[in-house]
Amino acid sequence: MADPRAHIVVHALTLAYGDRVVLTDLDFSVKRGQVFIVMGPSGCGKSTVLRNLIGLDEPAKGDVFYGDVNFTRAAAGEREAILRRVGVLYQSGALWSSMTLAENVGFPLEEYTDLTRDEIRDVASLKLALVGLEGFEDYYPAEISGGMQKRAGLARAIALDPEALLLDEPSAGLDPVSSRLLDDLILQLRDSLGATIVVVTHELASIFTIGDDSIFLDPETRTVIAGGSPKDLLAHSTDARVRRFLTRGAEGDPGGRADG
Amino acid sequence: MLTQEPNLAVGRIAADGALSITLSGAWTLRSGFPSAGPIAREIATSRPRSLVFDVRDLGAWDSALVTFLRHLDALCESHQVAMRRDALPVGVQRLLALAEAVPEKPGVRRTSVHTPWIARLGTTALDLGAGSVSAVAFVGEVASATWRLMRRSARFRIGDLAVVVQECGVQALPIVTLISILVGMILAFVGAVQLTRFGAQIYVADLVAIAVVREMGCIMTGIIMAGRTGSGFAAQLGTMKVTQEIDALTTLGLPSIEFLVLPRIVALCLMMPILCVYADVLGIVGGAGVGVSMLDLTLVQYVRETVAAITLTSFATGIAKSVFFGALIAIAGCLRGMQCGKSSASVGEAATSAVVTGIVLIIAADGLFAVLLNVLGI
Repeated sequence: MADPRAHIVVHALTLAYGDRVVLTDLDFSVKRGQVFIVMGPSGCGKSTVLRNLIGLDEPAKGDVFYGDVNFTRAAAGEREAILRRVGVLYQSGALWSSMTLAENVGFPLEEYTDLTRDEIRDVASLKLALVGLEGFEDYYPAEISGGMQKRAGLARAIALDPEALLLDEPSAGLDPVSSRLLDDLILQLRDSLGATIVVVTHELASIFTIGDDSIFLDPETRTVIAGGSPKDLLAHSTDARVRRFLTRGAEGDPGGRADG
Repeated sequence: MLTQEPNLAVGRIAADGALSITLSGAWTLRSGFPSAGPIAREIATSRPRSLVFDVRDLGAWDSALVTFLRHLDALCESHQVAMRRDALPVGVQRLLALAEAVPEKPGVRRTSVHTPWIARLGTTALDLGAGSVSAVAFVGEVASATWRLMRRSARFRIGDLAVVVQECGVQALPIVTLISILVGMILAFVGAVQLTRFGAQIYVADLVAIAVVREMGCIMTGIIMAGRTGSGFAAQLGTMKVTQEIDALTTLGLPSIEFLVLPRIVALCLMMPILCVYADVLGIVGGAGVGVSMLDLTLVQYVRETVAAITLTSFATGIAKSVFFGALIAIAGCLRGMQCGKSSASVGEAATSAVVTGIVLIIAADGLFAVLLNVLGI
């Protein structure tokens, strides 16, 4: 692609479930080492974008590029190679309930590296320590709180030192303090791992704290209606829908949406 | 000189007591990482005051290096050696700081404790006792809910009942058909081999008819339903427990026993006798197929012999047992579902346990019936 700093590039993407079109004509690129926010009101298809980025759903039209490689058109083997360098945190954590936290984090390492059992255990401990869960290696997911499950999910997502990290509503369901700690953690991971991070969220506090760049999805027009640094958007956007969202409804006329 | 393999060299101790460690090559998860053993030995023997790093030839690094350094850090701490991190790459320093940011809470870590066998035996016995008590309590609750149902004060939605009736009635027909015909044929084969020796092929019809109508019809239907419906009940209720749907019913003051368990028991008790009659007929059809095609019997002969062999008592016995089995399967399935834990793994365990419990109960109850009927002279 044109910009050598672009890590994930989405080109003319249309997402649909069967005949129901969710989003059309998405064009955006995520720069390497940035935190990129996909935001919008509930039901605008934010999570669907994420699912298409990692091939859980197939786009109806358009392409997703990782670097120069077309992920959408790639063969199964090539896709796997790309996905191995991508970590995903699912909305509910999605930890495997029959495994302990150390086993959850260690499982990708077991599958994709030649490390010995002890080394895997050590690396898993490190990852859990990075998310503040040192000492919880032998707990099962059902034995820890929701916030801890989220963080353990993040530890699993960074198990293989991914180049890109995709997070689906990381702070949903967390108290403000835990949510803030998770935001700090995301920024620290970006700075220390140098990873590209895509965050799907509608938590305003997070959006302004961690977002370097963003897109705003609109459920009415089913496409991107704004983009750029969230703070700039708040300061300069003239679109009523964007202003309404970013100010929690304090500004922007609810009836004033642009037609078309 | 940049090598691909991760390399570790322990230098000499400088005048200020600093031990120099040279890290070179690629320290990645893919290539693995060396052991900290040589450094540990050096620290133990020469007792340096601090550890310094030389990373001029360090290539690519990832968590492998950070994991190694955390080891070293723990080692330094236990020997009271200062680990000077300033020469390390900035990213590594940040990750180490992040890993230390939340100190481990004391008392959190689990150590594996060896439990003596006598304690494990005791725990198992206590668990078993508690399990039996909760099973009895569940049966009691079901009984009182059934009583309320008969007095027409129990509540459940007729729509729910209809769905379960469909699930465990019509949708079970294909597998019941297949198994019943095959069982009828197998019985006829086994009988034919023995009876032909005496020229008594015609009694194959009696054998098949009595065996199917009295025992095999209801037992096979019971086992099929325990496998497909009992486990289904456990999985449905278990998932509802995991997703807090049962909690939602409880907090609305709607008893889950009446809304979820009762319709399932009623549906299975209604459908089991119908499925059993169906299985009886198809079992006899299967037997007739073998009899007519292999034993030189005409269809008329076979049917006459069958009709003569079946008494209303043996037919009614089979049907009565099937209703009872239906209740056992539904109760076992619902009990295991309601006892389900809070994780997705426990849903699987609940389904498995529902099938095992259901089949054990069916066979045990059938044995009991056999003794009882024998004593009563039926």
